[in-house]
Amino acid sequence: MSDTKIKIDSLYKIFGNKPKEALEHVKQGVGKDELLEKYNHVLGLSDINIDIEDKSIQVIMGLSGSGKSTLIRHINRLIEPTAGNVLVDGSDVLQYDESTLRDFRRTRTAMVFQRFALMPHMTILKNVSLGLELQGKKEDEILNSAMKWIEKVGLNGYEDRYPQHLSGGMQQRVGLARALTNDTDILLMDEAFSALDPLIRKDMQDILLNLQAELHKTVVFITHDLDEALKIGDRIAILKDGIMDQEGLPVDILLSPKTEYVSNFVEDVNRSRVLKAKHIMEKANGSDLSKGMPVDENDFIESFIDRVVAEKPELIVVQDSDKKNIGSLTSKRLSEVLKK
Amino acid sequence: MSFFSEIPTMGRESLRDFKKGIDLNFKEFSRSYGDGIEGFFDPLLMFLVWLEKLLVNSPWPLVILVLAGLAWIGSRNWKLVAGTIVCFMLIGYFGMWKDTMSTIAIISVATLVCISIGIPLGILMSRSRKLEAGITPILDVMQTVPSFVYLIPIIMLLGIGKVPGLIAVCIYAVPPIVRLTNLGIREVDKECLEAVDSFGATSWQRLTRVQMPLALPTIFAGVNQTIMMALAMVVIASMIGVRGLGVPVLRAVSNQYLALGMLNGLAIVALAIIFDRVSQQYGKRLQKHREGRNL
Repeated sequence: MSDTKIKIDSLYKIFGNKPKEALEHVKQGVGKDELLEKYNHVLGLSDINIDIEDKSIQVIMGLSGSGKSTLIRHINRLIEPTAGNVLVDGSDVLQYDESTLRDFRRTRTAMVFQRFALMPHMTILKNVSLGLELQGKKEDEILNSAMKWIEKVGLNGYEDRYPQHLSGGMQQRVGLARALTNDTDILLMDEAFSALDPLIRKDMQDILLNLQAELHKTVVFITHDLDEALKIGDRIAILKDGIMDQEGLPVDILLSPKTEYVSNFVEDVNRSRVLKAKHIMEKANGSDLSKGMPVDENDFIESFIDRVVAEKPELIVVQDSDKKNIGSLTSKRLSEVLKK
Repeated sequence: MSFFSEIPTMGRESLRDFKKGIDLNFKEFSRSYGDGIEGFFDPLLMFLVWLEKLLVNSPWPLVILVLAGLAWIGSRNWKLVAGTIVCFMLIGYFGMWKDTMSTIAIISVATLVCISIGIPLGILMSRSRKLEAGITPILDVMQTVPSFVYLIPIIMLLGIGKVPGLIAVCIYAVPPIVRLTNLGIREVDKECLEAVDSFGATSWQRLTRVQMPLALPTIFAGVNQTIMMALAMVVIASMIGVRGLGVPVLRAVSNQYLALGMLNGLAIVALAIIFDRVSQQYGKRLQKHREGRNL
């Protein structure tokens, strides 16, 4: 197991005039609807605990109003919690004074927003430079990093345009470049791709995954789209009404949903398309794997199911990229997984 | 029964004492502080006098050239520049050159004063709900109290002259720029503010890099309104000793000189239109980034 980068510990957020008083009611078991009706306070988040691994992509998923955007804003303290702790590398973000918090935001976290939140009066270059300019970095240094990231997201030639001149997908590339230019170890993405149409969204997901393979940042990614969550997430947390329903590996969420809400969510997913061989294999334990039908660990079930049907192998052998046998899979297991 | 037919009053005698008390106290106040307050405004007076002399004493072609140049810088519009030149030639031709120069001088100084008070005040207002709630009614009063009413204390305090006139103009003309600065900053997209916060901006950086630039078109509409209102006060200001186009208008009113009144009135209108168009065009050009939404 790798280290915990961000630890969120019994976090509560209640909106209203007297959140501290309302908190007592919540701790005594008052639910979201009752809290609103009886005490006129809105329960934003209730007892959230989550350990986000270093250099991983943690997806937080939920429908609108589930509190996911509220949760991500606690990590860089754009929203103050009612109770609880947020620890980044073991230090409590909530204890920071104004200037420490500013430094933390400048050098440790960068955020990408759902509706891009680009500065309409600045050119693309200026937008991407924003973070470094706020830090007062030297001009040529800013220009170098900004141009590097504009190029990486494929926007060279657009530096002198204004955001309004760009399409949605391109604007969000600017948003991504702006966040990456700050060279922070944490990337907060608040429904970053939700406003984009499906094809562009897929492009952006691929850009993110390619960049992540190179940069290894700790990414917190908010989405309401399960397919996106399964594609991007190393781990997925599911929020409902401010409460965390389930947190775990994508395959666990898919194959053993803990609550009705989660099972409703995952019901319609085409499992053969989102599950890879490595997700469902049994780890190699010394038994003879030389005879089975070989598949790559990163192959989706969809890509080898036809071969399984045609060849009817006794055993499917899962190999890593060096063709080493790392696990196995029976057709019985395969049909169990694909059964609803 | 008399309760319903007659509204309760405080009594003639006590009412008279009440008014007298206020008047005496204010006179006392103006006697002891009037000179000090006048001294405070001296630099402003010197600047106003200097600008007026400069405009009046410079050769007229040079003045027109400078004004046309300003119109070009503001609007980048040849028609407007041509209109400006024609208007000023006509003003000169009908013998109103000197008065017009005096008016331009006081309008310019009043606008500068209003901007340097109004914008900071508007910024402060935008940062605090309480301050906004406190200042808004004061602005309402400044805009609605008949100007003659606040002329009285100003004259008592400072006498008759350019400075009291300038203050009267500013009282009338400053509210729009305060209001629109406040409004402009409050209207800035919350998402942009959240974004700049998330990158660790100080509140000064947030103000100068995001709030002010995005509020600029609205603030500029305020400047435009301030100029227009200052022009509207020209006639009233001339009642307390401000030279300019208001003086002949007043003379025309009291002597029934129709032509004199019309000509000077039209000169004020011409100034208003030129100032308005040029400043509006300039305000539009500030929004360069809003042009052309297509790729």
